[in-house]
Amino acid sequence: MEEGLESEVGEVRGAFESGRTRSLSWRRSQLRALLKLLKDEEDDIFKALKEDVGKHHVEAFRDEVGVLIKSIDFALGEIKRWMAPQRVWVPLVAFPTTAEVVPEPLGVVLIFSCWNFPLNLSLEPLIGAICAGNGVVLKPSELAPATSQFLACNIPKYLDSKAVKVVQGGAEVGQQLLELKWDKIFFTGGRRVGQIVMTAAAKHLTPVAIEVGGKCPAIIDSFTTAKDRKVTVERVVGGKWGPCAGQACIAIDYLLVEEEFAPVLVELLKATIAKFFTAREYVSRIVNKHHFERLSRLLEDKEVAASIKHGGLRDPENLFIEPTILLNPPLDTEIMTEEIFGPLLPIITLKKIEDSIEFVRARPKPLVIYAFTHNETLKKRIVEETSSGSVTFNDAIIQFLLDALPFGGIGQSGFGQYHGKYSFDLFSHRKSVVRRSFLTEFSFRYPPWDERKLQLLRYAYSFDYVRFVLYFLGLKR
Amino acid sequence: MAAEVAAVVEEVRRGFESGRTRAYEWREAQIRAIARMIAEREGEITTALRDDLAKPEIESYLHEVSMAKSSCMFALKELKNWVKPEKVKSSITTYPSTAEIVSEPLGVVLVISAWNYPFLLSIDPIVGAVAAGNAVVLKPSELAPATSSLFAKILPEYVDNSCIKVVEGAVPETTALLEQEWDKIFYTGNGKVARIVMAAAAKHLTPVVLELGGKSPVVVDSNIDLDVAAKRIVVGKWGCNNGQACIAPDYIVTTKSFAPQLVDALKTTLEKFYGKDPLASKDLSRIVNFNHFNRLTSLLDDEGISDKIVYGGQRDEKGLKIAPTLLLNVPNDSPILKDEIFGPLLPIVTVDEVEDSFNIIKSKTKPLAAYLFTKNKKLEEEFVKNISSGGMLINDIALHLSNPYLPFGGVGESGTGSYHGKFSFDAFSHKKAVLSRGFGGEARARYPPYTPQKQRILRGLIDGSIISLLLALFGFPRD
Repeated sequence: MEEGLESEVGEVRGAFESGRTRSLSWRRSQLRALLKLLKDEEDDIFKALKEDVGKHHVEAFRDEVGVLIKSIDFALGEIKRWMAPQRVWVPLVAFPTTAEVVPEPLGVVLIFSCWNFPLNLSLEPLIGAICAGNGVVLKPSELAPATSQFLACNIPKYLDSKAVKVVQGGAEVGQQLLELKWDKIFFTGGRRVGQIVMTAAAKHLTPVAIEVGGKCPAIIDSFTTAKDRKVTVERVVGGKWGPCAGQACIAIDYLLVEEEFAPVLVELLKATIAKFFTAREYVSRIVNKHHFERLSRLLEDKEVAASIKHGGLRDPENLFIEPTILLNPPLDTEIMTEEIFGPLLPIITLKKIEDSIEFVRARPKPLVIYAFTHNETLKKRIVEETSSGSVTFNDAIIQFLLDALPFGGIGQSGFGQYHGKYSFDLFSHRKSVVRRSFLTEFSFRYPPWDERKLQLLRYAYSFDYVRFVLYFLGLKR
Repeated sequence: MAAEVAAVVEEVRRGFESGRTRAYEWREAQIRAIARMIAEREGEITTALRDDLAKPEIESYLHEVSMAKSSCMFALKELKNWVKPEKVKSSITTYPSTAEIVSEPLGVVLVISAWNYPFLLSIDPIVGAVAAGNAVVLKPSELAPATSSLFAKILPEYVDNSCIKVVEGAVPETTALLEQEWDKIFYTGNGKVARIVMAAAAKHLTPVVLELGGKSPVVVDSNIDLDVAAKRIVVGKWGCNNGQACIAPDYIVTTKSFAPQLVDALKTTLEKFYGKDPLASKDLSRIVNFNHFNRLTSLLDDEGISDKIVYGGQRDEKGLKIAPTLLLNVPNDSPILKDEIFGPLLPIVTVDEVEDSFNIIKSKTKPLAAYLFTKNKKLEEEFVKNISSGGMLINDIALHLSNPYLPFGGVGESGTGSYHGKFSFDAFSHKKAVLSRGFGGEARARYPPYTPQKQRILRGLIDGSIISLLLALFGFPRD
């Protein structure tokens, strides 16, 4: 283990133990500092995101910087309320007693972020950890090196550099960090590494939050009006290729439509793609050669290649794959069994739209289920009969923006929820505190035991005050 | 045997997939059935607890039967509210939309319970799991065999067997169960096995609740009502399964000057409660088995310890009984101050100032409960602010776990996750965010081609600017 690493983490622990991260003013100052960082360093942020994934700066603002600004503003407005202890009800028999739940920081937390939203997935959990009063070590993904470097330079410049640190590096550094003891680990990434993280955490009984992905389906009902079709297709296109060219855990993975509607949909999709992506710069590129090759391989299968209805162009030198639509690739091919995480959109046709429920249920639980429909019965069935991290009707991605909604997976898509107050709760311990006085004392609590004491307790426990008093006074047998 | 276990889990999963456990009526019926079981079979339950732990009847009633019943009644009263979706405020950036949070069951959950409150620690999590609409497999502790076989016998007579099952056994059965894929694992027990449970859960990325223990400290100030405090400490320690409870006082910290008075008060109270020959008292549980009996007696026989015993120390190997024992000023590095005692031994550690106790507590891992006896409000505030523990109680012992409005669980080594009351329901639920948008209110600024004007509108939307919202709503900029 690198000695430097252990002492770095030790410094964060020292900062936490000093107690300074617990004050409201510290937490607020860190949040304001983050806000300043986002505003003052915006140009460098855009540059880093462009370098790492070819993200256009408007997309970068829409999906990363803007979202973070919103989250911090929300947190600043709410944090005092979140930190306040909550009084709870106490039964009369315990008078005078008060009980409350006091949120306290867990201590020192470790955050692993992912390469596709390298800024947002680093700072959104960081916001939560700071709001809750913890010390933080952040390990950004090495697959987004420009953003990682940006964070390593700027976090110490703006924030409390002893209590919030950035550690750069790859799998080896990650391994070393996992050997240390943490009070919580927050991981965003792929399933395999998620398992490694949780297994390492088990050695210290460290609680974890694991945010992974899955195949997010979009169920598209057959719309008849031009307006409905336009809005739907634009939102679908925006929900697939808008976020990092489909390399997003909440991006639409594949579509489910009735077979009659499919040709109409394909044409509309093609037209909208042409309308939106008038230049290559409006679609992020593929992050690296490894993922480019992975995505190319998905298209290699003969039947899959034959199902391409649009696109398919690949430029290995620029790591660019154009928006690609496929119609009914075989369900047992990798493109339909693994999370795509790229700009390929399979469309699967069904006899009737209600069959989509069974289709989705037969597969691992995704992070989101999207459905575009006016049919209230179908909507109700989707909510009640399927299971997913969340459900969004008639739009895509946008649920990510609502601070009031918990964001996280279930089953194969992970566990642990954050955003808004959920972030605060995720990084807090809820300590129950009960205060009693010496004033009232019930002798029947104490041994030696007898039947009379037992009976008094029976009455007390069922809050049967009348019988209790009568029995106590000897007026009831 | 692994195949048998797999078959049981397979059956329960099919039961869940059938959709039956999601119906409100099913959940209510199961909890009612469990409540009925507790009422009708109380005698057998008390007998099993006596066989397993020589648990006094009043303790069986107070701490197991009655609490299990309260858990059922509270769930039945509140279930209608718990299952209702929670409406949520939308925001300007997603207008127009409605949002709510729907609680849904996780699926098939595994509950592994402990031997010290074998009845309660099985029923309580099951009630939560069932209230949330899950199917459950219960693995009761094999160290409480009478209660374990009682469950295996009577639970099937009351609940829906296709969705709620009991699997008895020890390490091999537990290992086989842990290899299966679960939607949640709820474990009550010790840190060593908890690590095994979590590592097994990691293979499937299964979330866990771990209810563990630790060394729950009791800080005793001199500014108190000593008589009342002594009674509460004694009943909280030895009246809870003879100290074999996760939230039982593990050790006391008090000032050097106050220690003699405290010791005297404790001695007097102990004699009043349990008589001059506590080994003969019917009001004390026995030690659960020979293993633990040995573990505890070796703590006492350790060199440098035996002369620190100021009260008690008697034992009856045949009856597996150890008398309430007080120790004063044992050496700081003795084993009795290191690991959780989980027995009727109570060491008293002395300090110069009562505030010095904080450092002692912080030098150990975070406990499940921390107690303070004082009338000094300032000391109380410092304690709550500086000491981290699962839960805290001022001027009494253990009572906090009976309040269904308080989350019960640990932090750090004492565990993760919490339950009781609605927290049980939440522990076994997935909170699914459901967002429903309309087809109006299209913010063209969302879509490429990305122009500077669009960026300005997006910025305005993020800042909550009403002008931006209007521009966005009315579809500016026009393409």
